[in-house]
Amino acid sequence: MQERLQALKEEALSEIQQASSMKEVQDIKVKFLGKKGPITEISKGMGKLSKEERPKMGQLVNEIRTAISDQLEEKIARLEKAAVEERLKEETIDVSLPGRPVKRGNHHPLTRVIEEIEDLFLGMGFSIAEGPEVETDYYNFEALNLPKDHPARDMQDSFYITEETLLRTHTSPMQARTMEKLNGEGPVKIIVPGKVYRRDTDDATHSHQFMQIEGLMVGENVRMSDLKGVLQSFAKKMFGEEREIRLRPSFFPFTEPSVEMDISCFNCGGNGCSVCKGTGWIEILGGGMVHPNVLRMSGFDPEKVTGFAFGMGPERIAMLKYGIDDIRHFYTNDSRFIKQFNSL
Amino acid sequence: MLVSMNWLQQYVDLDSYSADELADLITKGGIEVETVEQLNKGISGVVIGHVLECQQHPDADKLNICKVEIGEEEPVQIICGAPNIAQGQYVAVAKVGAVLPGNFKIKKAKLRGEASHGMICSLQELGIESKLVSKEYADGIFVFSEDVTPGEDALEYLNLHDEVLELGLTPNRADAMNMIGVAYEVGAVLNRSIELPSPELVRSDEGVEGYVSVRVENEEDNPYYGATVIKDVTIKPSPQWLVNRLVSAGIRPINNVVDITNYVLLEYGQPLHAFDYDRFGSKEVVIRRAIEGEKMVTLDDVERTLSSEHLVITNGSKPVAVAGVMGGADSEVQEDTTTILLEAAYFNSKLVRKASKDLGLRSDSSARFEKGIDRNRVVGASERAAQLIQEIAGGTVLKGIAEQGDRTIEALDVSIEVNRINQVLGTEITETEVAAIFERLQFSYQNFGGTFTVQVPPRRPDITISEDLIEEVGRLYGYDNVPATLPVTESTPGQLSEYQVKRRHVRRTLEGAGLYQTVTYSLTSPSKRHFFSSDSVESVRLAMPMSEERSELRTSLIPHLLEVAQYNRNRQLENIAFYETASVFLPGDELPVEQEHLAGVVSGLWQEHLWQKEKKAADFFVVKGILEELAVEFGVEERLTFARAEEPKLHPGRTAAVYLDDELIGYIGQLHPEVEKELDLSETYVFEINLEKLLQADVAHLKYKKLPRFPSVTRDVALVVSESLEAGEVKRVIKEAGGSKLVEIQLFDVYQGEHLEEGQKSLAFSLRYYNPEQTLTEEEVKKAHDRVLKAVEEQFGAALRQ
Repeated sequence: MQERLQALKEEALSEIQQASSMKEVQDIKVKFLGKKGPITEISKGMGKLSKEERPKMGQLVNEIRTAISDQLEEKIARLEKAAVEERLKEETIDVSLPGRPVKRGNHHPLTRVIEEIEDLFLGMGFSIAEGPEVETDYYNFEALNLPKDHPARDMQDSFYITEETLLRTHTSPMQARTMEKLNGEGPVKIIVPGKVYRRDTDDATHSHQFMQIEGLMVGENVRMSDLKGVLQSFAKKMFGEEREIRLRPSFFPFTEPSVEMDISCFNCGGNGCSVCKGTGWIEILGGGMVHPNVLRMSGFDPEKVTGFAFGMGPERIAMLKYGIDDIRHFYTNDSRFIKQFNSL
Repeated sequence: MLVSMNWLQQYVDLDSYSADELADLITKGGIEVETVEQLNKGISGVVIGHVLECQQHPDADKLNICKVEIGEEEPVQIICGAPNIAQGQYVAVAKVGAVLPGNFKIKKAKLRGEASHGMICSLQELGIESKLVSKEYADGIFVFSEDVTPGEDALEYLNLHDEVLELGLTPNRADAMNMIGVAYEVGAVLNRSIELPSPELVRSDEGVEGYVSVRVENEEDNPYYGATVIKDVTIKPSPQWLVNRLVSAGIRPINNVVDITNYVLLEYGQPLHAFDYDRFGSKEVVIRRAIEGEKMVTLDDVERTLSSEHLVITNGSKPVAVAGVMGGADSEVQEDTTTILLEAAYFNSKLVRKASKDLGLRSDSSARFEKGIDRNRVVGASERAAQLIQEIAGGTVLKGIAEQGDRTIEALDVSIEVNRINQVLGTEITETEVAAIFERLQFSYQNFGGTFTVQVPPRRPDITISEDLIEEVGRLYGYDNVPATLPVTESTPGQLSEYQVKRRHVRRTLEGAGLYQTVTYSLTSPSKRHFFSSDSVESVRLAMPMSEERSELRTSLIPHLLEVAQYNRNRQLENIAFYETASVFLPGDELPVEQEHLAGVVSGLWQEHLWQKEKKAADFFVVKGILEELAVEFGVEERLTFARAEEPKLHPGRTAAVYLDDELIGYIGQLHPEVEKELDLSETYVFEINLEKLLQADVAHLKYKKLPRFPSVTRDVALVVSESLEAGEVKRVIKEAGGSKLVEIQLFDVYQGEHLEEGQKSLAFSLRYYNPEQTLTEEEVKKAHDRVLKAVEEQFGAALRQ
C-alpha cells in the first residue's frame, strides 16, 4: 500500500510537472485528488488496516495529498504568471508612434500682440475704449486740433465717405469721445485698440488698413516724466527687461510737446545692425502731452489738468518682435503663417 | 530739406563735428535727420585735365583721340566718345586706377586699336543724378568754365567731398526749410553763435517809380508785395560755386538769374520770382483773385484754368503768374532778357495751398508759402537776390522797391512760468537754464520772478502758446534728462468691460474648438460686399476709392473669408478652419451702423490621425457643433435654435437659420455647389452670426445646481417615422410630452435601410427620467414615458421599432 501511494505521488508530481495549461492542471487535480481518485480510494480502504497501521497510513496519505496539492498550487501560480506575462507582451505598443493630434486653433498674431498690450495697460489701471471705424471729420480731425485747412492733414490722406464722414485714420477720435462724456471730471485712463485706414497702396511696408493702439491719460499732475515711465514699462514688457527707451522731440497736432519713442535695438543691443539700420535704436511709437486745445474742446480745463497721449502700431510691433518681413502677411491669412503663433 | 555741410559751415562753425555726429544731435533736438549722404560715393582718382589735342579716331566716327594734360610729366592719350569734346577744354579725367561710383575701376584700354589711359567724365559718371545736370552737359562730358589747374582734384571743384543731411521736417518746422533757419536750429542745438549774410546792395540813382507800380486788391490775400527792377543783366550759366550749392540741395541749375532766385529760396526760405520786365506787358503789377474760368499758360507750358479761389499776379489786364505757385510762360526769363522784375511777396498760405492743390502743382515755392514763411525776411531776401544778380549777372539795381503792405510785423509775446515747465515735464529745470535755452534759440525775453515773456520772432510761426515754449525748453534741455516716473494721479481699476471679456471668451472657445483667427480687410468691391439675401441692399461707399476692389464697406464677413480659403487652397492648403470677428457696416444716419459679426469657414479634413486611419471630413455638424458649444459657453444653449432655411449662395438642403430666442441672428450652411465651383473650392461650410446679439443676450449668472440625490431611470426608444420628419421636431414633441421628470433627451441613432420600409427612418432616443424630491417609482416613469409614446404616435404616427 505504501508503495502504491509512493508510486501515485511520483506519477502525480511527474504529470504536474509536464502539465502546460490550466486545464491539464485541473484534470490532474481531479484525477489524483478527486472523490473518485486513487488516493480517496485508498483512504476509504484504510478501515481494513490494523489500529497501529491506521494512523501511520493516514499520516502518509495526508502527506502525499498535501504534497500533490502544494505542487498543483505552485503550478497554477506559475501558469497564471506566465499567462499575465504573455498578455502584457501581446499588449506592448510602440510608444514612439505619434500621439493623436489635438484639434486647436490660435489667435491671429495681431490679436496676440494687442491682447498682450491691453493686459499690460489693464494692469496699470487703464481701461479699454472702443469706437466707430467710420468717424466724423470733427472727431477724427477737428477735436484733435486739426482744423479743416491744417497742413498736417496731408500727413494722413484719408478715405472720405461724405464730406463730413471718413474711415478713421487713427483711433485717437476716442480721446474726444471719451473725455466729452466725463464733463471735465478726470482722471481718464484709456487705451483704444482698433482698425484704422489710410490712403496707401499696399506693399511690404504699407497697408491701407492697419491696427492702432491709442493711449490717453488725463488728470491733475500728469507729467511727461509719467509718459516716459509708463512707456518704459511697456517697452520692457514687450521687448525685454534690458531695453532702454529714448524720447525724441517730434510733432503731432494733438500733442504739445510731442515726442517719438525709440527703444534700444533688441537684435544688437544698441551696437547697430540691420534691424536698427545701424543706429542702435528702433522707432516704436509717437506721443506727447495732450494739446490744451484738445482738452478744452472736450470739456477739460487745461489750467487744472494735464495729460499724455500716445499711439502705436501693433503691426510694427509684431513685425519687430517676431521678425515678420511683410505687412501683407497679416491680411492674406496664409494658414502656415497664422499657425506659427500658437505657443507662448 | 537737403542740407550741405559745406554750405551750413558758412553760417555756423561745425568744426569738430562729423556729419554723423551732427545728424544725431539735430535728431535729438527734434528735427529728424533721415539720411547722411556722402556726395563722392566712393570716387577716387579723378583730376582736372586740359585737352591739348583732339582728333577724330581714324576707325570710328564717333570717337576722338585726345591728348590730355593731367598734371603729370607727360600728357596722356584718352579716347573719348562725347559729342561735346573739344580741344582747349578743361575736363574731369578719371585716371588709370581711378574708381567711379558703383566701384567701377578705370583700366588701360584699347578702343579700335588706339590706347586709352583713362576716361573723360560726364557729371552722371561722377554720381550726379541726371535730373540735376544742366541742359548743356546733359548728353556729354562736363567742361569747367573757369580757371583750373590740371592735375588737381576735380571733386573739390564740383563740391563732391561734401556731405548732405536730409531733414525729415514735420509740418510745424517749416522754419527749417531754408539754410538760415537750419543755421538757427543748429546754432541752438550746438550752443554756438551763427553768422548770417548781410547783403550790401548798391542801388543806382534811377528810381523804380518810372518802371513799375504795385497794386494789391486785397491785403488779406497778399499782406506784402514788393517789386525790384534790375537793368542790363546778362543771362548765362551760373558760376560753379552756385551750381554746386543748388546741386547739393537737389535743384537743377538753369541760368544765373533763375539760379539766384532758387539759391535765395534755399538760403532765406523766401520764394522769389523773376519776370522778364520787357515781356511783362505793362508797368503795373496788380494782385487780385482770378476771374472764374480765367486761363493762363504756366512755365511748364500747360494751360491752366483758374477760379476765384486762386490768387494771381497780373499786368493789369491778364495773369502772369499764379501767386506763390508758378510763373507764366509769357513773361519767363530767357537768354535775351536784359531787365528783371523781381518779385518778393508774402501771400496768404491758404490761397497758395488751394491753388497748388487745385492745379496739381507742387513747387519748392508753394511748399514754403503753404507752411508759412518768415514775414520779416521778405525784403532782406529780395536784397540778397538783387545783390547776387548784380554780382553774377551784372546789371543795375534801381532805387527803391515798388511795394504795398507792411514789410515787417511785430514779434508775438508768449509767456511761461518755470514752475509750469517743470510741472508739465516732471523736471527740475532752473530759471538760469531756461534763460540759457531761450538765448540759444536767440529769442528775446523778459524774466520776472520765474515768469518768462518771450518775443517769438516771426521766423518761428509754430510757437504761439505757452506749451510751445515748454516744448522748446524740453527739447533743448534734452528728453534724455527727463526722469521716468510713475503717475501720481488717483488710481483707477483697469478692467475689461463685460462685452470685452465675452469677446475674448468667444475667441478662446472657437480656437479651443479648432478654428484659427483671421483678420481681413473691411473695404471690398461691390460684388463682395454682401453674401446673404438679408444683407443690406444699400452700401456705404467711399467718395473717392483708390480702386474698385476697395470701394465699399462690407456688410458680410464671408466673402473675404472665402478669399482666404481660395488663397490657401491655391497653395495646397486645403484643410482649413478659420474664423473672424469684425464689424460690418450698414447705412445709418450721421454715421453708418457698425455691427460686430462672427463668421467662419471650414473645408477639407476636419480631423485626421493618419497611422490610426482616422479621417473626419468637415461637415455641417462640425460647424453646428461649434456654434452649439458657443451657446453653452454663453448660457443660451436652450435659446439658440437652428431652422432649415434657403439662401441663394448656400446648399438648399444644408442650410440653417440661427435664432436666438425668436430673433434671426445668422446662418450656417454649405456653400452652394455652383458657388463652390465658381470659386474653385471643394465642399466648404460657412457661418456668420451677429455677435453683438449673442454677447448682449440677457443671461442669468452662473449658479450651482444641487447634485442629484436619487437615482435616475433611463429608457431607450427607437421610433420609426417618415424620413422627411426632422429629428428636432420629434425631440421637441418628446420634450413637451415628457413633463418635468424627463430631464435629458439624447438622440443616439439615426437609421434607414434594411428592415425598414422605403421612406421611413428610425430615430433612437435615450430618455432619462429623474425626480429631485425622491426616488422615482416605476409607475411615475411609466406614466411619463407612455405620454411620450402616445404623443409621437399621435403627432407623427411613430411606431416603436421592433
